[in-house]
Amino acid sequence: MIGKTSPSAPYVRKLMLDPLPPPAKASGVSLWLREKLFSSWGNAFLTVIGIGLIWLLVSHFAPWFLHGVWNADSLAACRKTIATTWGEGASGACWAVIRARWNQFIFGFYPAEIYWRPVLTFVLFLLALAPVLFSQLPRRLLWGSLVYPLVAIWLLWGGSVWPVAMIGVGFVIGAVLWRVLVAKNAILAALAAVVVPVLFWLFLTGPIDDLLGKVLPVSIQSVPSRQFGGFLLAIVLGAGGIVMSLPLGIVLALGRRSDMFLVKMFSIGFIEFVRGVPLIALLFVASLLLNYFLPPGTNFDIILRVMILVTLFSAAYIAEVIRGGLAALPRGQYEAADALGLDYWKAQRLIVLPQALKISIPGIVSSFIAMFKDTTLVTFVGLFEPLKSIPDTIRADFAWKGIYWEFFVFVGAIFFIINFGMSRYSMYLERKLKRDNR
Amino acid sequence: MKTSVIFGTLVVAGLSAAGAASAGTLDDVKARGVVNCGVNTGLVGFAAPDANGNWSGFDVALCKAVAAAVLGDPAKVKYVPTTGQTRFTALASGEVDLLVRNTTRTFSRETDLKMDFPAINYYDGQGFMVRKDSGVTSAKELNGASVCIQTGTTTELNLADYFKSNGMTYQPIAIDSNAEGEQQFLAGACDAYTTDASGLAATRAAFPSPQDYIILPEIISKEPLGPAVRHGDNNWGDIVGWTFYALVAGEEYGVTAANVDELAKGTENPEINRLLGHEGNLGAMMGVPNDWAVKAIKAGGNYGEIFEANIGEKTPIGLARGLNAQWTQGGLMYAPPFR
Amino acid sequence: MTSAPDAPEQGFRLSQLIYDTRYRSLTIQVVVLIAVMAAAGWLVDNTVRNLHALGKDFNFGFLWNRSGYDIAQYLIPYSNDSTHGRAMLVGLLNTVWISVLGCAAATVIGIFVGVLRLSKNWLVARLMTVYVETFRNIPVLLWILVSMAVLTEIAPGPNEYKVNPATGEASASMMLFDSVAFTNRYTAIPSASFGRSLGTIDTPLMPVSVDWVLVFAVLAVSIWANARFRKWADAVQESTGARPTTWWKSILIVLVPVVVVAVALGFRIHEPVLKGFNFVGGTNVSNSFVALWAGLSLYTGAFIAENVRAGILSVSKGQSEAAFALGLRPGRTMSLVILPQALRVIIPPLISQYLNLMKNSSLAIAVGYMDLRGTLGGITLNQTGRELECILLMMLIYLGLSLVISTVMNAFNRKVKLKER
Repeated sequence: MIGKTSPSAPYVRKLMLDPLPPPAKASGVSLWLREKLFSSWGNAFLTVIGIGLIWLLVSHFAPWFLHGVWNADSLAACRKTIATTWGEGASGACWAVIRARWNQFIFGFYPAEIYWRPVLTFVLFLLALAPVLFSQLPRRLLWGSLVYPLVAIWLLWGGSVWPVAMIGVGFVIGAVLWRVLVAKNAILAALAAVVVPVLFWLFLTGPIDDLLGKVLPVSIQSVPSRQFGGFLLAIVLGAGGIVMSLPLGIVLALGRRSDMFLVKMFSIGFIEFVRGVPLIALLFVASLLLNYFLPPGTNFDIILRVMILVTLFSAAYIAEVIRGGLAALPRGQYEAADALGLDYWKAQRLIVLPQALKISIPGIVSSFIAMFKDTTLVTFVGLFEPLKSIPDTIRADFAWKGIYWEFFVFVGAIFFIINFGMSRYSMYLERKLKRDNR
Repeated sequence: MKTSVIFGTLVVAGLSAAGAASAGTLDDVKARGVVNCGVNTGLVGFAAPDANGNWSGFDVALCKAVAAAVLGDPAKVKYVPTTGQTRFTALASGEVDLLVRNTTRTFSRETDLKMDFPAINYYDGQGFMVRKDSGVTSAKELNGASVCIQTGTTTELNLADYFKSNGMTYQPIAIDSNAEGEQQFLAGACDAYTTDASGLAATRAAFPSPQDYIILPEIISKEPLGPAVRHGDNNWGDIVGWTFYALVAGEEYGVTAANVDELAKGTENPEINRLLGHEGNLGAMMGVPNDWAVKAIKAGGNYGEIFEANIGEKTPIGLARGLNAQWTQGGLMYAPPFR
Repeated sequence: MTSAPDAPEQGFRLSQLIYDTRYRSLTIQVVVLIAVMAAAGWLVDNTVRNLHALGKDFNFGFLWNRSGYDIAQYLIPYSNDSTHGRAMLVGLLNTVWISVLGCAAATVIGIFVGVLRLSKNWLVARLMTVYVETFRNIPVLLWILVSMAVLTEIAPGPNEYKVNPATGEASASMMLFDSVAFTNRYTAIPSASFGRSLGTIDTPLMPVSVDWVLVFAVLAVSIWANARFRKWADAVQESTGARPTTWWKSILIVLVPVVVVAVALGFRIHEPVLKGFNFVGGTNVSNSFVALWAGLSLYTGAFIAENVRAGILSVSKGQSEAAFALGLRPGRTMSLVILPQALRVIIPPLISQYLNLMKNSSLAIAVGYMDLRGTLGGITLNQTGRELECILLMMLIYLGLSLVISTVMNAFNRKVKLKER
């Protein structure tokens, strides 16, 4: 007898037993394998096929990747290095071409001594984009984003600072007129804010530029558009197209939802026309037909012409995205705006558009990804985009004749990194916005 | 440059619209200070940019000569790469001042497409290239073959005509650029590759093992390739044409890039004196400086020098002079008299 | 919207055009109309003056001239003696053909991948994610060029299919029971013909084979008959509760008449056979077509897979739980319960994917497939120098195709849309 526990006292266990490990089949790797890969005959079959596929790809491409040569000055030299290192008949990538022509891929034929300008433009681009993308940043930074396009134009194309500054001055004039006159008469103010800057640009900019250019010549080396190429061209076209198409897209989206029959019809006609034809046809319009449509003798550079058509093209798509945003806005918002007695433009500006645009941002980012991918099509009008034209140019050099796969892999990888990053961002945004709305 | 700025350009475009068309190309070029020259997007030996974007080649040399003759500086050329699709519009719209892009002079291009070919800088003909191990030795044996062919050129019409007149059939494989044609032909996607014989030679020269490929003896068409200018601007056409002839005459009279300065001081030969501006005022007659031919020849040498440097037998392309030899050597290069 | 109290009755003043909401929209519309007309007039005037300056005119007469060039792939008879107009038609049909086949393949890929991406199988789901992300984020032009390069660089030449007498083996072998051969020039597939043909009827557009018309007519009738039969079976089930066995009767109804007709006409399948340097007997599909097709379908398939996935996820979990509770197996749950509901979400984005594919088919330029842009907007434009006419006509045709696709698909969408009562 050990203790004196009374027979009626309940047995209380003081010491907990350690839990037993789960049976081998229900834990660890084997469980994972069984649940995730071999849960049924069908799944096992799929797994085997998947492994086979991976093996097929890896066994074919891994040696090619691993045998890559980074230092060579021609394809022949590459092949020689591969043959001596890995034996005759070994396949290997000749990455040396990317190294040798890296600058051409990134900048095209942009003058080498001023590469810092596009680089700076790009860095500023990211800075200007930050306050637009991340709402945590102070709102005042948005002014920087507004000025940024002018800075970018000047940095990229160079030349005298005054024409670019005058464009900015035009906008400022418009804004000031609007501020001053809006209290008196909104319609008059809108009219003045549009017409006066246009007149200013048309008739005053030229003489003022000349004058200021003589008095205070501030200019940097100018770079003609023809020298743009590679990813610089792709980003300029893509970003420029999207930025310029945003205002147009908003107008078109509002027009399409308008009560006014004619405005609605014109908007629908434009949007559906542009969305109905391939971009390549519009690019041919830029390169072949635009000169017919403009006054005789007008001639301006192909990048600008392409940019105009790309802008019109993406405006139609942006308009549809924004229309989606407008439609997604609860009807109560419109009614509330009406109830407050706001007129159409005030309601759009203060209530509707800020919300609709916010909802549309993921869609706009998708449009940008699509736009960025589509810039590769400008190869067909003779511009040096990175996917086809630059490789073709490099292959016109005897040293690199016959290289194909390296270009595909390299250019594809860069496109993938940029677009994948943007699509992740838009997904992050979508999740965030969803939470906001609940 | 003001025109590079977006709005600036639009504004300038809108304002300068009315007057620009009527002015001659020469005035435009002088005002602009640069010659816009339409060239191939990349054909080894004829026009191709290097890693730094400097263009070189047989066609490019003519652009440089024209710029040197008109503006005194062979570097004042803006090269506008054009595809087979966009080249004529680029010229018609005024985007380029002259088009030097292996362009064949034909009746309809001069009359219907409204361009002028002031000279022919290369007499070519369409040929075929095949693999040596295919055993084909004549184009007549190509019945049923698949033929790689660049679209948007005269070659596809010639090809159709040739096979038709010989009662043969073929499978056309259309390709967009020379680089793609090479890839497909090398990979064996077509039995024969057809384009101008000079282009074939240039293409073959760049193959890893050129000796495995042969160019068939048949030349199925006449392809006089030359610089093109817009119809109706005769003065500009004269400048382009006679600049070219100055290069040809330079070779005939032994004027080279090395000795042109020396000869320009005066020689026994009155024709050379007139050509180089020592005597008379030929330059002024067409509105360019009197030493135009000196500058043009100094830019890249005379016709023979340009040929040898870019596509001649010592280069990888290795073209013989053939029809493009001087008339004194049995070729067709024949400069009219400078007087 | 215009709930402002009406102004007191008085005579019409000009300023009402701007301030009065009753007239303002009218004013704005008139201004817009005038602006648009002015812009259009300006463009047309410029065009007329430019054409005049170039000494050109605007007419479509060239469409009736001899084209003089050859096209490798045509669905209707064409030779270099045909007109430019016919070349355009050949190109248009090629565009339609690649679009239809591309849409079909992309849809199959999309559904397959979209479903597999949600699979419980970890490996397969990951693989599909990689596929979707890779293809979506890289330009379609690259995929088309890569497909072409794979076919020309990696596929064997036709002569490699030849049996080497020394070893008794060929260095390449055909696929699918010796009926398909990938080569670096073309893909050889079987073709079919009729031994006792009824001949063809020549129409101006194309010769129509009576045999095929007959076969398809019989097939259509059988399918209609089968639908009637199923309806009858449904009716029996409704009234008696027991469904008559239908499956083998259905198969009989659909297949027997067609087989009988085909046998009567002497239907034969010709497998491609290597003869001399090339495959003969079957149909040789050019690589440019296969490359374009593969590139477009794989690219668009990735987008459709995303749409399918989103559609499936939009069906609430209760639906599949209810289906499981009823005892449906996972496969049947998917095909009977989830997909039909997901379809309503999938179809609207699917329409725009189809439109995109059709428009992207104009990238045929990169591989030399002669589509509408290749003929009308390519060689014809170049040989005739009529860029204005050619490009305008080409854009109009593309626009027409887009409208046809969206009309058809929208009609389909209306049909499957949830009917709310």
